[in-house]
Amino acid sequence: MSTQQAEPETQEAPEDPEMKGAESPAAEERKGGGMVDEHAEKKAELEGETVHLKVFRYDPEVEGKQEPRFDDFHVPFEKGMTVLDSVMYARDEYDSSLTFRHSCRQAVCGSDAFFVNGKQRLGCKTQISELEQPVRIEPLPHQEVVKDLVVDMDHFYDQMHTVEPYFQDEDTPPVDDLEEQRQSPENREKIKMSSRCIWCGACMSSCNIAAGDNEYLGPAAINKAYKFAMDDREGEEIKEHRLRILEQEHGVWRCQTQFSCTEVCPKDIPLTEHIQELKREAVKKNLKFW
Amino acid sequence: MYEHDVIVVGAGGAGLRAAIAAHEAGADVAMVSKLHPVRSHTGAAEGGINAALQEGDDWELHAYDTMKGSDYLGDAPAVETLAQDAPEETINLEHWGMPFSREEDGRVSQRPFGGLSYPRTTYAGAETGHHLLHTMYEQVVKRGIQVYDEWYVMDLATTDESDPNDRECHGVVAYDVQSGNIEGFKANQGVVLATGGPGQAFDHTTNAVSCTGDGHAMAYRAGAPIEDMEFIQFHPTSLPSTGVLISEGVRGEGGILYNNEGERFMFEHGYANNSGELASRDVVARAELTEVNEGRGVEDEYVHLDMRHLGEERIMDRLENILHLAEDFEGVDGLVEPMPVKPGQHYAMGGIEVDENGQTCVNGLYAAGECACVSVHGGNRLGGNALPELIVFGKRAGRHAAGDDLGEPEIRTGYGDDVEDETETELPVQPGEAGLDTTGGVAADGGVTADAEGILERTVETARDRVDTLMDKEDGVQHAEIRAKLQKAMTDYVNVFRTEEGVKKALEIIRECRQEYQDVYVDDPSKTFNTDLQQTIETRNLIDVAETIALGALVRNEFRGAHWRQENQIRDDENWLKHTLISWDDGEPSIFYRPVILEGQNKTYEPKERSY
Ligand SMILES: Cc1cc2nc3c(=O)[nH]c(=O)nc-3n(C[C@H](O)[C@H](O)[C@H](O)COP(=O)(O)OP(=O)(O)OC[C@H]3O[C@@H](n4cnc5c(N)ncnc54)[C@H](O)[C@@H]3O)c2cc1C
Ligand code: SF4
Ligand code: FES
Repeated sequence: MSTQQAEPETQEAPEDPEMKGAESPAAEERKGGGMVDEHAEKKAELEGETVHLKVFRYDPEVEGKQEPRFDDFHVPFEKGMTVLDSVMYARDEYDSSLTFRHSCRQAVCGSDAFFVNGKQRLGCKTQISELEQPVRIEPLPHQEVVKDLVVDMDHFYDQMHTVEPYFQDEDTPPVDDLEEQRQSPENREKIKMSSRCIWCGACMSSCNIAAGDNEYLGPAAINKAYKFAMDDREGEEIKEHRLRILEQEHGVWRCQTQFSCTEVCPKDIPLTEHIQELKREAVKKNLKFW
Repeated sequence: MYEHDVIVVGAGGAGLRAAIAAHEAGADVAMVSKLHPVRSHTGAAEGGINAALQEGDDWELHAYDTMKGSDYLGDAPAVETLAQDAPEETINLEHWGMPFSREEDGRVSQRPFGGLSYPRTTYAGAETGHHLLHTMYEQVVKRGIQVYDEWYVMDLATTDESDPNDRECHGVVAYDVQSGNIEGFKANQGVVLATGGPGQAFDHTTNAVSCTGDGHAMAYRAGAPIEDMEFIQFHPTSLPSTGVLISEGVRGEGGILYNNEGERFMFEHGYANNSGELASRDVVARAELTEVNEGRGVEDEYVHLDMRHLGEERIMDRLENILHLAEDFEGVDGLVEPMPVKPGQHYAMGGIEVDENGQTCVNGLYAAGECACVSVHGGNRLGGNALPELIVFGKRAGRHAAGDDLGEPEIRTGYGDDVEDETETELPVQPGEAGLDTTGGVAADGGVTADAEGILERTVETARDRVDTLMDKEDGVQHAEIRAKLQKAMTDYVNVFRTEEGVKKALEIIRECRQEYQDVYVDDPSKTFNTDLQQTIETRNLIDVAETIALGALVRNEFRGAHWRQENQIRDDENWLKHTLISWDDGEPSIFYRPVILEGQNKTYEPKERSY
């Protein structure tokens, strides 16, 4: 069921009048019950101002969609409109089969990372007004496409799970159930950025090394491990165990500091820096390379 | 067919906590969730978790604040359980590694929040929910608990005795979003619904797109009453364009609200002379809309929230996330400009009626988190009280479902001899009457109580038929149109301010939506990741849930907590110290009432005038 990313341009779908946005008669028809006036009004206000989207389409099951292609949508622009808003509009008004993940609309659930104009971005966090038109929206590269903009995230999740992503010192908490472990504000600050990851997969998708080496842990998983390894609440022994996981053959040493992950991370996590720091820690601890 | 001891539906804060608890109690537990756990809406919570942790504070104060905040519609046994268990549960999260914000001495920080007599809101920056969600998911991974993610639960497999109190829930039916396969999940001990809020019933909401009230609707159709749905919290500070939330933490840290004349209206117009911006949410939301309605709003739509005077250092330390939200979604730099805000649907105080152990009146069916109503929040939830509810009652539901003895509950559920019957309010339309494609609910028919497996199989068949019907239909109405109409009606007529006439109008439109839904079809023919199909089923659930909200708002002709009624602007303790219950009998809703429990462990909470 997998498909490679379509080469842009070559598989361009013919302009389909059904997809043509605000002018589409079919779309007009759907707006029943008292909504027509309001839409017409809005449309008049934004006369001429539509956004041109080119959206990647693929469905392994539907004849006519098995060959990857791009569909054109013209959606009325509204101030503050994000890429997510625009594809939601296209789906709700023109083509209900247009498929993508999304939920929170506020950059915390991590489900709408797309490849927008050649860069990994969160749909909900990217203002349409900042982009050149036509806006090209594709699924994340280097991941299998399930359908349209939806990619298979299993590999990403597996890598996250490989680093034992759970706190491992709670067997020796303070004596009292009502007593917390102490952590200095400085130490909390140190792990703060790493703790912001929303598992969107943008970094992994942007990483050349990860693309070539399927076993490479990847920036997100390494960052997850960083969060625990740098937390003073976990003891020295477990820290060493963590570093051993990280410095294995497909771990931190694979990183070639290309910074692409850092560049695309919507949470501004200094991923490359974290990876470098872990390399230094491993050296300090005198851990053997593989 | 899959089989486990306990099936938890939903993997937000409540579901994760329930699953961990059931696992610790020795059960084989599985989670079934339409989103991968880390995508759940709990991740959006910003402000914090209330727990009486410090010297000078204690659980009784927390309970008292919560009762007052609820406008005396919380049930004392639930409120006291929340306040008593929150400290241990919050510290437990810390033991699991949750990165709370810290004081100089290394202890977890706490801050003031609206309606609290002590600064007891424990927080992790302005991203408390994100950390809570991830920390608990980590524990689920650690324990190897099975997660079926991106599986959409369509219905419950429940026996069909005529009295819901005699019914038994044996599992759920779900479809695999990636493949379209529909399967039964048998639960040998219990099903815990933790499906979150119903915010998508409104068009301006802080809630995620996934918050469609599925659990409410499934439980409702299975016979569990839905409680106090008229109490919807409208958060005073959501961004006007998207509904994205600006945490109450901003006001907690000292943020100020101004109208278009630069007046600090909470004081200058006398809405809350003591607490000002930190009065409880219902009070502030009404104040803002009154300002707008009286012509003192900015662009006739919103007011300003200013945090500039807090200084960059404090903002970066405690509210950094807010800067990003204002920038990304409104293009405003909170360090140099005030932020535009207006009330947005935020939280449902009501939900599936449960007791302190999370159990509904249907045997083996539990609910926890925002989809449930224990009730701790009564007429109005205090900020920072939802997250402790998730962990306290999520844990109890999980343990009880796994067979742990938690003692006899004091709260009663279902139709019984302690309820007050029927309503005299005239309804504008005959509500309810499920139609063709909208089947669902109890599976066994004709009073034949089959064995658990038989019931599950039959529910699976019904679900498959339903999907086939939706997919086979060639044209008709699309769900998006119905959903938009429903959301608009709710926002127009069942918002912060409510009139009898308006609510009746909403019920008429909801009825129209129900009728139009008979003609709904799914355009996307694919079995693979068919979000069109999923949203079509969700829309049916939203119709059911919206109807319970509007019915509750119509019959409760008093003013309490978040429920404001133009015609009756007084709290009527004589007639209304009771919960509104709506249950789905024979294909239509019926309404009854149960008295609120004001007797706590050591004292009775006497209703007082609520002033801030
Ligand atoms: C923006 C925002 C900020 C908030 N801030 C705070 C705060 O600071 N403090 C506080 O105390 N409270 C806060 N709240 C309230 C609180 O966060 C929520 O009430 C709470 O997180 C809800 O948790 P939950 O586990 O009940 O549901 P959710 O986290 O919404 O999880 C629901 C789960 O159910 C699943 N699900 C739903 N339907 C189905 C189905 N049909 N089949 C399968 N799975 C399904 C979803 O996939 C998801 O996993 C905030 C709420 C919002 C919206
Ligand atoms: S590190 Fe950043 S880019 Fe990578 S998954 Fe996490 S949030 Fe996304
Ligand atoms: S929709 Fe949640 S991150 Fe974009």
